[in-house]
Amino acid sequence: MSSLNLDAEALYADLLAGVRPLLQADTVLVGIWSGGAWLAERLQRDLSRPGEHGVISSALHRDDFNSRGMTAGADHTKLPFDVNGKPILLVDDVLYTGRTIRAVINELYDFGRPASVTLAVLVDRGGRELPIAAAISAARITLPKAQRLSLAKDDAGNFSFDIKESS
Amino acid sequence: MLSRRNPQLNAHGELIHLLSIEGLPRPVLHHILDTAGTFLSVNDREVKKVPLLRGKSVFNLFFENSTRTRTTFEIAAKRLSADVINLDIARSSAAKGESLLDTIANLSAMHADMFVVRHSESGAPYLIAQHCAPHVHVVNAGDGRHQHPTQGLLDMYTIRHYKQDFTKLTVAIVGDIVHSRVARSDIHALTTLGVPEIRAVGPKTLVPGDLAAMGVRVCHDMKEGIKDADVIIMLRLQNERMSGAMLPSAAEFFKSYGLTPEKLALAKPDAIVMHPGPINRGVEIDSDVADGSQSVILPQVTFGIAVRMAVMSIIAGNNA
Amino acid sequence: MKILVKGGRLIDPASGHDGIGDLAIAAGRIVGFGQVSNEFDADRVIDATGLIVAPGLVDLAARLREPGHEHEGMLESEMAAAVAGGVTSLVCPPDTEPVLDEPGLVQMLKFRAHNLNLAHLYPLGALTRDLKGEVLTAMAELTEAGCVGFSQAEVALKDTLVLHRALQYAATFGYTTWLRPNDAWLGNGVAAKGALATRMGLSGVPAIAETIALATIFELVRDTQARVHLCRLSSAAGIELVRRAKAEGLPVTCDVSINSLHLTDLDIGYFDAAMRVTPPLRQQRDRAAIRAALADGTIDALVSDHTPVDADMKNLPFAEAEPGATGLELLLSLALKWGQDDAVPLLRTLGAVTHAPIGVIGDALGSLAASAGRLVEGGVADVCVFGLDERWQVTPAALQSQGKHTPFAGYEVPGRVKYTLVAGNVAFEAAADK
Repeated sequence: MSSLNLDAEALYADLLAGVRPLLQADTVLVGIWSGGAWLAERLQRDLSRPGEHGVISSALHRDDFNSRGMTAGADHTKLPFDVNGKPILLVDDVLYTGRTIRAVINELYDFGRPASVTLAVLVDRGGRELPIAAAISAARITLPKAQRLSLAKDDAGNFSFDIKESS
Repeated sequence: MLSRRNPQLNAHGELIHLLSIEGLPRPVLHHILDTAGTFLSVNDREVKKVPLLRGKSVFNLFFENSTRTRTTFEIAAKRLSADVINLDIARSSAAKGESLLDTIANLSAMHADMFVVRHSESGAPYLIAQHCAPHVHVVNAGDGRHQHPTQGLLDMYTIRHYKQDFTKLTVAIVGDIVHSRVARSDIHALTTLGVPEIRAVGPKTLVPGDLAAMGVRVCHDMKEGIKDADVIIMLRLQNERMSGAMLPSAAEFFKSYGLTPEKLALAKPDAIVMHPGPINRGVEIDSDVADGSQSVILPQVTFGIAVRMAVMSIIAGNNA
Repeated sequence: MKILVKGGRLIDPASGHDGIGDLAIAAGRIVGFGQVSNEFDADRVIDATGLIVAPGLVDLAARLREPGHEHEGMLESEMAAAVAGGVTSLVCPPDTEPVLDEPGLVQMLKFRAHNLNLAHLYPLGALTRDLKGEVLTAMAELTEAGCVGFSQAEVALKDTLVLHRALQYAATFGYTTWLRPNDAWLGNGVAAKGALATRMGLSGVPAIAETIALATIFELVRDTQARVHLCRLSSAAGIELVRRAKAEGLPVTCDVSINSLHLTDLDIGYFDAAMRVTPPLRQQRDRAAIRAALADGTIDALVSDHTPVDADMKNLPFAEAEPGATGLELLLSLALKWGQDDAVPLLRTLGAVTHAPIGVIGDALGSLAASAGRLVEGGVADVCVFGLDERWQVTPAALQSQGKHTPFAGYEVPGRVKYTLVAGNVAFEAAADK
């Protein structure tokens, strides 16, 4: 319901260009479920990376468990490689408070000790509540607190943005 | 007076205690099974711990001894990063000393967040849930003959793992059903999940006619009960049954109702054999079957830890 | 003191009288019934306009916990509960501590009850010493001390030889033996056998526990011609056996409790220990049979089965909780509720808790029998004045009884007692605003 007009596909193109210089030979892409995972999947293809990308979920390390409870179907983390000693590029659709990133990094550490963790996001909407920063973001915008922004993907695989009033 | 609302669910229909499978809607059961799947994969990681119950104290209150069940709950709680305190209160010392509610009040004063309770009397966990503070959650680890809901859930997880679609199955439960809390939990779960044919198999002293009201087909002939079954759940036969004039001997029971390879052949060729454990070899089940390719008794134990992690994390995250 | 109860609807189930009128009371007796002369100079006038004036209720089963709980003042509180419920006479079973098997204990109990100046107390003596089922008690001496019958309370008498001899001995003197028909081995569950008990994992008492015991009792009655009162019937099958026994002319009477009259096993809900009672609550079919049998007189009397239980003994898992429920203050209202629900004539409804119970006690009341449980000129002035249509909510904390556990907590019931007179004394008067 915002008058903001975000072209997700165009932003993706910017992200792709921005990510290239960040990569080392053994960097693995890990997308945060669900929007980040779609981005990572496409980046993996478009960058012709070897091996597979990883998907990671914040569900088991969320800091709001006591108020929001256990969400259904949290079984999304799949890391088909050894985390130890690897440079990890975390990919997400929207960076906001930073709490999801904190939870995801904790989840990552359950699997091993990475060489480094770098963050690339499609949209940085500010409003950080933790000292977390993205190395690159394709767009920087501000949204009212009550609005939720997330990535959507159609059957053909084209990206667009979803803006919802949060309840 | 106990309230008439299902005490396991809060006003939003979310699970705050697990006392019984009866009264839980199908989506709640599926939510638990799905969450258990998540924890199964956690149990395959190097670091088998997640911080969901960090800082919470889980008190294992076992008024009836059971090292097996208590151990699986302890493992599950620890993998959720909870602090676990084990209390083995044999019934006789409770009778000499504190009342059940006094015990609960004292433990609550020690900031217990969750009670996992096993008691020899049906309904004891309901009494506890009624009297503990709003933020405290209760998990029934077996109450008298009434329910053993986590066992029922892990049995369902096992069946879903091997058979996928509940709505096409024939399940046979064999043995001392009238005294079995596992059987009651299984029967309620199977009916809620839509299993069309559930058979209760055993002699009349152990499988009475009024079980039919729970939605099962009562069979006193094992061959009839096992025929074309997809799932066979064998129950443990306890020695007290012989002294209670319900059965003449274990040998006679094995003859009519024991699961042998010959009887197993009457079921579907891909039927799975389950047992809540511990098994009595040669009483309810032949060693060849217990150790055979159709037995999923050991996987049940693995699933049991994941299911208990799921239950504890779900209820801990919901407010009264 | 001379009292005039003015303008109420006088109902006397024994005679069938039902009409507006006055009641004049003097020196503890009814001296005027219906039309009272203007010369009657009352010290007090009770305005009973719009109220029913009935005989005081007679409750055949109320536990007062004395001897045994003197330090808790149980006799005082429970007798106060009785008159608050309009009960002017009550029969208590002998399962006290110690058991009522010695004349001295009976005398003491009667003495204490008499001094309270509340309801009349008619104790049952133990049939066997300490209720152990071995040695007979001194029935004649106990009767002289005030017992109106002999009972084993809830303790089954397994030895048929002893039971046979006890009945023979009682028959010698025309004493009534009060027995609860419950087989000693089959009757040990905590709930009624059936689909609900099976589902909830509670040990069940089958109906045959009652019918087997009844069959044994009837055979013994045929053989000894002893008078037997059967306590707390619970099953349709049991009632059927009683019907046939009565048709045959056997000298038997029976009662049913307010719990079995109104509730079924479904009311146990989530293991509510307030529902833990003996006999256990049975199924719909049994309740329907009980209601029909009480209406047609196959079941003679309705009792409260008042059993106060300490809170500590109820705050336990269902099977471990002590059975029993408070009931003295609910007897009238629950009788009226039954009557209204099933369209039973008021004369029978009230008769089941006044006149019929006196019939059960029978000759043991001596000369009292002529007027007890009824409103008759010259009779003892035991009167209950109540508002039939006034509804009230059962609130355990507000009960006079020390027993706060009742399956009917929260129920809205008809019939509010306004005045209870015992031997012409106002033993209870409802507060003005009620």
